[in-house]
Parts: sequence; C-alpha cells; structure tokens
Amino acid sequence: MDLNKTVGQPISRLEGKLKVTGVAKYAAEYEVDDLLHGYVVSSPITKGKILNIDISKALRIPGVKDVLSHENRTKLAWFDLQYTDMDAPPGTVFKPLYDENILYNGQPIALVVAEDFETARYASTQIIFEFQQETFETNLRNNLDKARPAKKGFATALKPPPPPPTGDFENAFENAACKVEAEFQHGTEHHNPIELFATTTVYEGKGKLTIYDKTQGTINNQLYVANIFGLHYKDVRVLAPFVGGAFGSGLRPQYQLFLCVMAALHLKRNVRVVLDRKQMFSFSHRPPAIQKMRFGSDINGKITALGHSAFAETSNFEDYTEPTANWSHKLYPSPNTLFEHNLVPLDVYTPMDMRAPGGSTALHAIECTMDELAHQLKIDPLELRLINYSEMDPSSKKPYTSKALRACYLEAAEKFGWSNRNPEPRAMKRGNKLVGFGMATGIWDAFQFPARVEAMITKDGRMVLNNATTDIGTGTLTVMTQIAADELGLSLEEVDFQYGDSKKPFSMFQGGSAITSSTGVAIVVAAKALRKKLLRKAAEMDASPFKKAKEDEVIFSAGKMHLKDQPEVFISLKEIIASNKGKAIKTTNLGKPHMLKLRKYSLATHSASFVEVEVDQDLGTVTVTRAVTAVAAGKIINPKTAKSQISGSMVWGISKALHEETIMDDHLGKYINANLGEYHIPVHADINQLDVIFADEKDDLINEIGTKGVGEIGLVGMPAAISNAIFNATGKRIYKLPIHFDELI
Amino acid sequence: MNNFEYQQATTSVEAINLIENHDGSRFLAGGTNLIDLWKYNITNPTELIDINRIAELSEIRELENGGLRLGAGFKNADTAYHPVVEQKYPLLSKAILAGASAQIRNMASNGGNLLQRTRCYYFYDPEVPCNKRVPGSGCPAKEGYNRIHAILGASEHCIAVFPSDMCVALTALDAVVNVAGPEGNRSINFADFHRLPDDRPDLDNNLKPHELIVSIDLPEKGFAANYSYLKLRDRHSYAFALVSVATALELDGDTIKEARIALGGVAHKPWRSAEAEDFLRGKIANAESFALAADIILSGATGYGHNDFKIKLAKRAIVRNGLMALNPESQLPGAQPSA
Repeated sequence: MDLNKTVGQPISRLEGKLKVTGVAKYAAEYEVDDLLHGYVVSSPITKGKILNIDISKALRIPGVKDVLSHENRTKLAWFDLQYTDMDAPPGTVFKPLYDENILYNGQPIALVVAEDFETARYASTQIIFEFQQETFETNLRNNLDKARPAKKGFATALKPPPPPPTGDFENAFENAACKVEAEFQHGTEHHNPIELFATTTVYEGKGKLTIYDKTQGTINNQLYVANIFGLHYKDVRVLAPFVGGAFGSGLRPQYQLFLCVMAALHLKRNVRVVLDRKQMFSFSHRPPAIQKMRFGSDINGKITALGHSAFAETSNFEDYTEPTANWSHKLYPSPNTLFEHNLVPLDVYTPMDMRAPGGSTALHAIECTMDELAHQLKIDPLELRLINYSEMDPSSKKPYTSKALRACYLEAAEKFGWSNRNPEPRAMKRGNKLVGFGMATGIWDAFQFPARVEAMITKDGRMVLNNATTDIGTGTLTVMTQIAADELGLSLEEVDFQYGDSKKPFSMFQGGSAITSSTGVAIVVAAKALRKKLLRKAAEMDASPFKKAKEDEVIFSAGKMHLKDQPEVFISLKEIIASNKGKAIKTTNLGKPHMLKLRKYSLATHSASFVEVEVDQDLGTVTVTRAVTAVAAGKIINPKTAKSQISGSMVWGISKALHEETIMDDHLGKYINANLGEYHIPVHADINQLDVIFADEKDDLINEIGTKGVGEIGLVGMPAAISNAIFNATGKRIYKLPIHFDELI
Repeated sequence: MNNFEYQQATTSVEAINLIENHDGSRFLAGGTNLIDLWKYNITNPTELIDINRIAELSEIRELENGGLRLGAGFKNADTAYHPVVEQKYPLLSKAILAGASAQIRNMASNGGNLLQRTRCYYFYDPEVPCNKRVPGSGCPAKEGYNRIHAILGASEHCIAVFPSDMCVALTALDAVVNVAGPEGNRSINFADFHRLPDDRPDLDNNLKPHELIVSIDLPEKGFAANYSYLKLRDRHSYAFALVSVATALELDGDTIKEARIALGGVAHKPWRSAEAEDFLRGKIANAESFALAADIILSGATGYGHNDFKIKLAKRAIVRNGLMALNPESQLPGAQPSA
C-alpha cells in the first residue's frame, strides 16, 4: 500500500497551465454584459478640504454616465453603517467619499463612471476641484516627538506590543564588556502586485451582487460590503479564484471595491473599477521605521543586554502596528531587556501588512547589530549566534513546538562555504571587485486560523472540497489537493479543491503564512469525518466485511477502502456512494488551533541566510552573486511550491536591501516615484544563484499536519545578510535601507 | 486619454504637411514615451500622424563618405544588432543595449530616442509644479528629491537630465541629425541638437516647429578598436543612468591620438568637454591621464543635495571607462565592469 504518496512530492502548480496560457481570469477580466467603467479621481493635495466640485464639463463628455463624490453621497443611505474589516487596526476605518476632508495625498475623491475606461479616465481630468489646503506632516524623523505606543484593539491579539522590560537594562548595557549602539532606518515600500487592484460588480437585482474582486479574503470583503451597504450577507458573493499577487495588500478591502459597489447600486448597472499603477501607491504600504538598537555582551559573546526601540509611521486615523521590537528576545536569551514600539501618526494612508511585516524590518536591525557585535568581539558571526542559541523561547520561557534553527545554520553554512570567509573587511577580492560574505537569522510566526471545510465523495468516486480561501499565487490549490488526496487515498486528479468564493465555508484572509496550516488542518479534520461516514455507510451494506471494522482498522488507497489487516478485502468509494443511492456523502468540519495545548509552547518558523556580494572597489556597484537560505518550517507539503515561496522571498530580500523604496517628497506630501519604472525592484540581471534548503523539522505538537507556513520566513533574514556581506566586503556598515551603491564609494 | 484623430503619412513631405495643418498634432513612431506621457496626462495630442509607413525613415545604409545612415524610424534593437553597427560602431551598439528593456528597444525608433523626455519625477506628475511642463510654475526638484538630477549645465529653472543612452554614444561619435521641415531640409551636428535648460526648460532640443527627424548620420570613424560604454544605475538593468560614460579612443601605442568622452545622466543633454579631450591628446592612456581629464570635465559640477555623489562617481566612472576602452573585451553585456 503506498499511502501518503503526494504530500512531500514536488508537484507543479495544478493551475499553472491556466495561468501561463492566459485562460485564468482575474478580477478585471470577467466578461460582463452592459458593463460600465469607473475611474477613480485621486486627491492632488495632502491635507485640507474640498470646497467645491464642478462636474458639469465632465458630464457633458459623451459616454460619461455619472460622477460620484461626497457631494452626491447624501442620497445614499448606507454611510453610517459599519466600515470595519477583519484586519482593521485600532482607530477609525477610512471611508471613501465620506465627506469633504482630505486626509492624505492620493485619497479617492470622486469616481467617474463611463461607457469605457478611457472616457472615464479622460473625464476625470475635466472635473474642476477647489481645495482649501492645510499644512501637513509626512516625515517620520521630523515628527519623532509625536511618538506614542499604539492603541489596543482586535488586531492586538495577532500583533502584541513588545514584552515588558526585564532585569536592569540600562545598568547591564552600561557595564557590558562589549556593546553596540546603532540606529537603523528604512523607507516606505508598496506591495505592487502585478495585478492591479480591480473589482467587477455584477448587479443581479433585488439587492444581490456578484463581485469579482482582487482580495486575499473573500469573506472579509463580503462582510465589509454587506455591512456598509446594508445588504444581506447571503446576497453578496465575492469571488477571487485567481489573484495576481497581493503580498498583504489584499488583506483589507481596498477602496476600488467600495467605489465599484457603490456605483453599481447607485446606477443599478454592472460596473468595473480598475486602479492604475500610480493609484497602487495610494493605499497600504510598509511603514517607514527607525530602530534604535543597544546590544551588550560579555567578553565571550554571551548577550547580557538587549535593547530595541522602534518608531514607525501610522496614519492619523488608524494605529497600524507591526511587531518589531518583539523578535530579538525570541532568539537570544538575555537577563536584561528593554523593548519599545512607538507610532508616529502622519498625514498618510494607514500602513498595512506587507510580506513579513515587522519581522523583515526588525531582523534587519537585530542581525546587523549582532554582526557588529561579532566584529567587535572578533568572534565569527555564526559562532556568536550559536553561543547565544536557545532551544526555548527566552521571551516567554516556553519551549518551541519545534526549532531546527541550528540545523538551518549548519546546513546552509556548509552549502555556502562559510568556513572560507575572511573576517577582515576588504580582504577578499576578485579583480576590481571586493567580495563579502554575510549571514543572518530569520524568525517568523507560525499562525493557524480556524477554517471550515466541506468535503464530499461524489458518485464517480471523486472528492470535492469547498473552502472560501484564496490562492494568491502561493500554491494553495495544489497543496490542499495533495493533503486531501492522501487523506482519502486518491490521486490528485480525483480531488477538486474549490475555493476563492465567499459562498464556501469559512476561511480567514490569506495572510501571515497561515493558510496551509489553517485550511490544511480543516481538510484533515473533514477527511477524518468523511472516512468515518464512508465506513458507516459501507458497514450498512448487505454482508459487508466492514460491519465490525473500526476507524483505525481501515485504510484508503487507490479509490478504495480496505481492511488494514486484510488489504485484499476492499470496497471502492464509488460502490459506497452507489449504496447511498448515488447521493454524495458529505461533511462540513471546523479545523482550529489547539489553544489549550499550544498555550504551553512558543510557535515559530526559523531560517538562516548566507549571502555573497561583490562590490566594485571604485564604483560601489553591488551584486548579490549567490545566496543560500535554509528554512525550518515543519513539514513541507510541496517542496516545489515551497521552494518558490522561499526563493521569491529571497529576491524580495535583495529588493529590500538594495532597491525598493517609495520616495516621499515632504514638501509636497506625496510619493514621487509611483510607477514601476522608478520604483525599483530587482530585474533578472540583479538575481544570480539562489539556493533553498529545508531543514528536517518534525513537529507533532503544532497541528494535525505538522506544518508552519513558508510564505514569509524566506525574506526575514536576507536584508541583514546582504548588509553584513557588504560590510565584510567594504568595511562600511550602511544603516539605511535600501543601500545605494554610491554610499559605498 | 482624450479622443484623437489618427492619420498615416507615407512620405516626409506628407507628414510635415499634416502636422502643419493641425494644431495639437504629434508624430507617432514607436510611441514608447509618447503613450506614457499621454496616459499620465502630460501631453494630450488631438491628432496622431503615424510616420511608421514612411519608407525613407526605415532605412539603414552605408554612405559614400564611409559613414552610416540610420533611418529615424529604424528600431533601436535592429540598430544595435545591425552587423555594420556591431562591427564598425560597437560603442553605439553597447550604449543602445544598455538602455531600457528588450521590449522597449524593439518598439523604440532612433528618432524617438533623441526626442524622449526627461524622467524627472516632478515632470511626470501633472499635479505638481514643473518649469519644463508648465513654464514659470517652479521646480520642486531643487528642494526636493534630486538623486537622479543634473550636476552640469543646469539652470535655476530646471535641473532635469536627458535620459538617453544611445545619444551619449551618438554625441561621442559626432553624429549628424538630418531633419526635414516646412522650410526644407537641414543637418544639425549632434552636439547642437539638444540644448541646456537656461530659461526655456520646456525646450529639450533645437528642432523648429513641425520639423521631422529623417535620419542620423554616423561619420566614417567608429572607434571600433578602443571604446567602452559604462552605465551606473540603481539596478543592473531597466533603470536610467545615474552616470554613464561613452569613451572612444584612437591610440598610437600607449599614446592617445584622439579621445572622445561623453557623459549621460548628468545634464540636460549628453555632456562633452572639448578642453578635456584636447588635454588627453598626446597623453599616455592610463588612469592618471583619465583622472586629470575627469577633473576638467567635472570642474563646473554642482550637486543639489541628493545627487552630490554624482560628481565623485562620474570622475571614477571616466577613469574606469577609459581603462575599459583600452580593452573593450572587458565589457560584459549591459556594460557592467568586469573583474
């Protein structure tokens, strides 16, 4: 019997062909009859009021149907209802077209609806606004005097404030044999998935809407729309079967959804709203941050004091927090700690989770500080991590459910050839290139959300599963199909995992690297219930050999149920369903984290990244010539899609370290490089050899399938590893990301 | 995007007649910059005159004087990979291939390359002042984020740079631009084609109204033995130059007989210094000579804060590129300096 034969196999994405052949449809691609097109008008000012809007000229343009703004929203009844969403931070959710107030540059202030997109876009230039401008603040550093802790709310559960101080940090730091004090800074980043945010709303009549939306959470957006517009939940259906990347930007409903639905209800027509690339810079982003680090150790490298104070941007209406100062003490024991996280409210839109939020920010500062500590102590950077290695979580004093970080360090170091590193900066050369090696640790959460899955066996012996999750390009469809196939002993071709639809059983939004563990566990729970039902049905059949069989006495393989001890005794799933008069046998079950058991443990994924850079000794140009990242993330369901997640994250790490930055002009209060020509992310020429290792990490505690999620961990260590490699190459430690090559000459 | 008329011209004369008779009309060649500017609401043509069907614009041919004529409508990619260009004018080939992306080079025309607008952030945002876009409205770049901006030849009205790579090589090669217009045909030396911003930053070049670029002539001398194009930018491809250098040398043993050095990414036009080139004549081709020439070229350079680094970087790039020109094989694709 070959059981469990697909989990662990490098299966190619099941929907891959649909995507590369253009068959897969995205939110703006659904063909809908009598469709109207909306174009969003964005505020050109940063703060103030709209005094007047003259839409007369725009309305005279042939093909223009209407212009919606706060001025004609009074006839809309739904404005005072709930605006919140599952990922809303504490504060007041932004309400598009709510009133005349402008809170940030690029804020949507009107929607032009026309027969075609270009007419709507042109008409948007013919609306005459009169504004009253007010002074604004957009610079984090200039406003540090406004820093304060975040307000608490629902989001605090997933994003806790840093733990309280321990020991006597100031004294310990002051008296440490070796101490490093440094300040790190990084700028704003925007998610910029290739698929533009878009919504196609089909007006079905009688208060019913079918909405094709770009989102990471179909149910999140269904509830948001129903709440705001006073519709019945069951009458709002949000579909997102394919999502062209999102990276966190789809965790909250974005304003094009609101505007599209409003226009559809107002005009009683089918409407589509697509943002343009510049508008992709007008909502969520990774907040700029300043981090002040103070680490002290004894002469042998044992850490005695950990201090981490983070200052991050938020908006003036919501308190977005990404856990930043929480991480160092989850890695390194220290008797004396002082952690702070403060927000600085500015006249910008609320920041939002962007791949490894907080983790990629924090670990850059933590692991560069560790590198400097190692340099000053003349201890190998890897050795310093091992000196301070902890099997348990020092911050909570709980054991990890599993932690194979040591294996990550050693396997990646071996593969990379770390032992060939010369610790002296500028010592390794190739022609006119300085060569540097750097390493860093990564750590990230291992979340699991509750999820419901409906599972059934149909009359043709196939398994159909339903869950509302999306597949944002991570391989969710493939991975869920693998898990389900193994549970019922079916081939991948015999399993239909149906998803991306708010009508299906509950899933949280797809974020926090959580969906494999969330929906995956629900599938396992549902499959168990389904096997039980199938056994019961089989037992009811005349002269059934399964009459006395218990659940653990049968196995499922090749579309059949067998007696474990007498595999030659079996019945096909088709026959069982036939005995049920051809009616599918189905079950719906909830998978959820085992909170009581897990309360005794700490949960995390870990990684170690090793990077080689070449830096031109005269010109400063940087090339990441090779990188190795080893990841410990529990069981890897699909090594191929998981590797794609990690190598994609490594590319992102290169981007964060060397390229990516949204530039705010503080005089104008706006981002000035809002397009993909000037907002640099790596191109093929920037990417060389990337190797991924999955360390063996068996975790029987964390959940039914032993998974932890791999969506973010691959990014976390890379920026620091690159910065540290640049230091090794040049002797220059650059504290601000992205590192511009001219800073190295 | 506004509605517009569309016409095709089949001869230069017809194209010029069409543009003369319709206010707000624009020539359309590759469209790789025009369509972007249109979508950003920077330009709003009411009529497009498609010049892609004009046969004389699409030719590339060797001239009796030993030079090469590049049709204005000939594509950037076809030019870069043309055997005569590769063999005789490899500096031009390398410079073209250092620019944009393969997809853009496949569409972009040679004439259009000369007419591309600056990539200044503020120019591309119709919501903010810009003297180049709206004369007299101001220049936020001076006080704003000016990492990509000019260090040479800027004015109080504009510190934008001209973004082309191809034109840096054409400047070094002393190309000539042939244009046709309502008042007849004329030829413009490449150094005189683009202009500095002075008090008219809205004008990028010295074309007269309704003139059409027909072709670009390369002189016989191609410097195929000793040349190099070095482009320094924030990523290794698909980014505009912070500093680029086109170097062409004629050597007699170790001695420089003639040197051409043109800089990109530093001014409102590709930048050459006759003084520096005169200085190099008769000098030994080595780092010291190139460094002294670099000092001459950058002698009047001024930074605006974020772009101060360009002065030092340009000097180092001139030295490195001079050395690379001694051994053109040292160049990797995209003009990355090699070990």
